[in-house]
Amino acid sequence: MKPPPFEYVAASSAADAVEALRRYGDEAKILAGGQSLIPMLALRLARPSALVDINRCDDLEGLAESGGVLTVGALARQRDLEGWARTRSPLLSEALGWVSHAPIRNRGTVLGNLVHADPASELPALLLCLDGSVLVRRKGGERVIPADKLYLAPLTTSLEFDELAISARFQLPPEGAGWGFAEVARRHGDFALVGCAGVVALDGAGAVSHVRLGFFGVGGTPIRSAPGEAALMGREPTPARIAEAAKAAAAALSPDGDLHASADYRKKVAATLAGRVLASAFSRCGKSR
Amino acid sequence: MKRAVHVKVNGTDCEQAVDVRSTLADFLREDLDLTGTHVGCEHGVCGACTVLFDGLPMRACLILAVQADGHEVTTIEGVAPPGDALHPIQEAFAAKHGLQCGYCTPGIIMSACAFLKEHPSPTEGEIREMLAGHLCRCTGYHFIVEAIAEAARALAQVGPRPAPDVK
Repeated sequence: MKPPPFEYVAASSAADAVEALRRYGDEAKILAGGQSLIPMLALRLARPSALVDINRCDDLEGLAESGGVLTVGALARQRDLEGWARTRSPLLSEALGWVSHAPIRNRGTVLGNLVHADPASELPALLLCLDGSVLVRRKGGERVIPADKLYLAPLTTSLEFDELAISARFQLPPEGAGWGFAEVARRHGDFALVGCAGVVALDGAGAVSHVRLGFFGVGGTPIRSAPGEAALMGREPTPARIAEAAKAAAAALSPDGDLHASADYRKKVAATLAGRVLASAFSRCGKSR
Repeated sequence: MKRAVHVKVNGTDCEQAVDVRSTLADFLREDLDLTGTHVGCEHGVCGACTVLFDGLPMRACLILAVQADGHEVTTIEGVAPPGDALHPIQEAFAAKHGLQCGYCTPGIIMSACAFLKEHPSPTEGEIREMLAGHLCRCTGYHFIVEAIAEAARALAQVGPRPAPDVK
């Protein structure tokens, strides 16, 4: 028995969970898949006085696509998204394969991954690249937090302590868009040393009409690259321009170095991965989302 | 703080009061004496404690015992059919020297049960990707890969899949 003592609250609905969050103030943590929270308890990195378990809240289940938007409920497991993505989103499908291992994805939730806000995690960067958002609810009200306003620092989001993440929305890429994804990790399923994702589309004249370029593992939060995107938007994506965009994107990053990779190495890898991601994204344009 | 839980483990209904801090791995080993589920890192990295939870492999150290209430768990003790026979995956591990000290083996076999259901004829790359979620500190991975490939062949021959049934 490793976790520190806590009070266990089994919420039966989202309203129930929200009420518990209000009652315990900032002393409570939501327990969904628990694949990050339980290790943090075991290592005593987190010592919440209460765990609010939402696994029995039927109203938080579900994963549905409608009008080009994918809505993922708080209890949808990463495995559920994987199953959906297999036929509907090769980008999400590819990215999920890099999220830890099957036994973790069987239990871990998509939303938990998103709001845990690990800077090396794949899905937060995907939320950014797919113009996503998270719907949160507190006692007496709801609000939508767009992905670019969600991530503040490592393991820190703009959710207030009494807010429960209800669902996430991913905007599916426009028809004919191309995608790319690349990651470097020490072993399969390890935290990314550097990761990159991209979505692009071309107009009738062959110029870039839509471009999203995101990175993870190279800063305190996932990053959408304004300079990388600006170097391509409205232009024809020649190999030289792609190389220029990748270089500009990597130059704007300021990753930290650690035991596994120096800051300089991460930057170099980011430039290489961005070049590959963009090249494969443009090569897939017009084929599938 | 204790709570009563009702869990179906290896087909048997178990009712017990558990401390809410207990993990499912603690519950299986200490309350039910099912010590075949091994506990290594206790924070989800090593894969030794992997069990089938409602038919899917999951880390027993990353589920609280109280969360298992109303669910079904299959451990290594429930893999083989009743009697003395071993499961074909276990047979393959013995035949191919897939286990050395044996510490990581139960977790790998539980993962393999589900993996081979989804990948009836896996490539070596797929097997290795699956094994990335399991640490073998004897580092005998080559034999483990061969054992799982052998198990896939054996299961293809026996036809309809034997217990445990995986979703």
